[in-house]
Amino acid sequence: MKKMMTRFGALAASALIAFGSCLAVNAEEGYTYNYDYWGDVQYSPDTYKVVGVYTSVELGLDTLMNNPTGLFIHGDMVYICDTGNNRILEIRRTDTEKFELVRIIDSFKGNVEVNTFASPTDVSVTDDGYLFVADQNNHRILKLDMDLNYIMEFDKPTDATYNQDLSFLPSKIVTDTAGRVYCVATSVNSGLIKYEEDGVFSGFVGATPVTYDFVDFIWKKLSTKEQRAQLESFVPTEYDNIYVDHEGFIYACTTHVAEQDLDTGAADPIRRLNMMGSDILVRNGEWEIIGDLYWGDGGGYKGPSLITDITAFDNDVFVGLDKVRGRLFAYDDQGRMVCAFGGNGNQDGYFRRPEALDHMGHDLFVLDSLDCSMTVFTPTEFGNDIFQAIEQFQNGEYTASGESWQRVLELNGNYDLGYIGIGRSLLRQKRYREAMDYFRLKWDDDNYSKAFKQYRKEWVEEHIVVIFLVVFAVLCIPLAIGKIRNIKAEIDRADIFRDFSA
Amino acid sequence: MFAALKKKETYSHYFATLKFALYCITHPLDGFWDLTHERRGSMAAANTILILTLLARIMKLQFTSFIFNKVYWPELNIFLYLASVLFPLALWCVGNWGLTTLFDGKGKLGQIYMATCYGMTPYPLIQFPLILFSNVVTVDEAEFYSVMSAISLVWAALLILAAMMQIHEYSLSKTVGFTVGTGLAMLVMVFILLLFFSMISSGVAYFVSVAREILFRM
Repeated sequence: MKKMMTRFGALAASALIAFGSCLAVNAEEGYTYNYDYWGDVQYSPDTYKVVGVYTSVELGLDTLMNNPTGLFIHGDMVYICDTGNNRILEIRRTDTEKFELVRIIDSFKGNVEVNTFASPTDVSVTDDGYLFVADQNNHRILKLDMDLNYIMEFDKPTDATYNQDLSFLPSKIVTDTAGRVYCVATSVNSGLIKYEEDGVFSGFVGATPVTYDFVDFIWKKLSTKEQRAQLESFVPTEYDNIYVDHEGFIYACTTHVAEQDLDTGAADPIRRLNMMGSDILVRNGEWEIIGDLYWGDGGGYKGPSLITDITAFDNDVFVGLDKVRGRLFAYDDQGRMVCAFGGNGNQDGYFRRPEALDHMGHDLFVLDSLDCSMTVFTPTEFGNDIFQAIEQFQNGEYTASGESWQRVLELNGNYDLGYIGIGRSLLRQKRYREAMDYFRLKWDDDNYSKAFKQYRKEWVEEHIVVIFLVVFAVLCIPLAIGKIRNIKAEIDRADIFRDFSA
Repeated sequence: MFAALKKKETYSHYFATLKFALYCITHPLDGFWDLTHERRGSMAAANTILILTLLARIMKLQFTSFIFNKVYWPELNIFLYLASVLFPLALWCVGNWGLTTLFDGKGKLGQIYMATCYGMTPYPLIQFPLILFSNVVTVDEAEFYSVMSAISLVWAALLILAAMMQIHEYSLSKTVGFTVGTGLAMLVMVFILLLFFSMISSGVAYFVSVAREILFRM
């Protein structure tokens, strides 16, 4: 019996060891990660946790969702484009975890031929109470009021700049505060289609600049007509999705990026467009804003991250959704990565075919078109501290921001933004010497130089007397020595003394 | 030998030859001619300059401001780092000697080594003050640093060229030609060394596996 007990004990112990080592492995390969200065992956505590995954059943739908592709959030209302069922779901978030179906929009009132939708792909709601729907297979963008009365529609531009051979398939829309509508249409690569409030097409915005280098040019010159046709043509890329941030700038993302362009930094999968359509995204980070830096083809996924949707918080943190590996990448207002998390799979917090992304406050909503579900994320304590620190800094509460970053570092000592955040807070508090230490730790030479410049200035002002004395000494002492030597030599050579020496 | 160390002349000669390096870098043609032909250089001084160069390299890693020199410490191997100077130097000396002896170069292997080391003088001479300088500038003033750093390298390269010209008693065009030739010779040597080491390691691996097999059977 005793022998059996020991055996059992040994078995339990070995099982415990095995289990323990298994746990250790899991802790190493985290759900959330970031890149440090050297581009090494640094696993971090989770910044987001799953509130819940909401499928048709949880939302109380009789007909199950079918290939939902569009997601829009306005206040506490969530709009889902149930593309496969030609309807739009209006859902209210009543509590952190509770969602309540308000109505199913599948038709509207008004004097038009077709009063239903055909594959609606996106929806947008304005503050003054209008509902815009990208009614893809009816080739129109609808403007309805909240009682679903038809107001007007935006059709295929008749302008000569629009290729009339293309059928008009609006896929993503946004509206700005002035009531203008921006639209991404399938296979239109001249940029975003822009309509004025009255429905007039007013041109394209933000076409991606065509990039080609000298080598391409030489190749094109040398190749035959047939070869040239086979080469990739130099056309601008089309956008995949757009989002209007709180300042009215448009965040646009594209999945049409070539690997080698990402490698050289020529491609920008994420842009922030101003009214002129030029890219004003701040890229002060050490690494490009391209999602994953390493594209190992593990698990059957390969190639770079393809950012399929994007959203931006009011604190200018923006989040991109990668449809290849099902990951979310958050960047701060300087273009430095805040966190990356997610993955493909069937567990909560993993996706099968993530399609759309939006946010409510700091909560993130991801729509999965294959799983027909909506995953809701909310920041953890760690995530909240990061956002708080960023917001406090933006509001000028530098001391408080430094304290928040300190809390962040207590939870994750490998978090580069934390050190730089504390440094920037110290810099604003004119504590340059301390700020320099924090910047040096995380190799931030620009900020270090800013702090050092001030520190150097202070140091010189404090020690001006000593510096002056040293310079004076360095300049004058050799002069004086030379002078003395001259005098000595003259004395030695003087005629009066000659007699003595002789 | 110890008796020689106690004599004052040993040191005065050493210091005189070391000081001659300063003459060489400002008057290369004249200086490098005298270096070997007038015996105004010494091996001890050449070694000292080499050691100072290596020291400058190491000090640069640790003490240069991180603005100019970001070191990924986890992957740094100090011996490999030093070998990045010593190995090309050895290859250069051997390659140059091997090539020039065939084309009536007057320099001996030791003289090539000595002259090359003397030619490296600007490197420690400029790099040591630059280490101090790097710590009092910001990124805006980084240009000064990079320009000075480049000067130290270009100057050293020109000096080595001049040195080779003088000790082999070559014309300028011939020197440039043989410098290129030496570069090729270095590549050939690297190739042969790689071949040699990979063959040795396969050979050793063979005997190790035979020994393992025997032990396993016994």
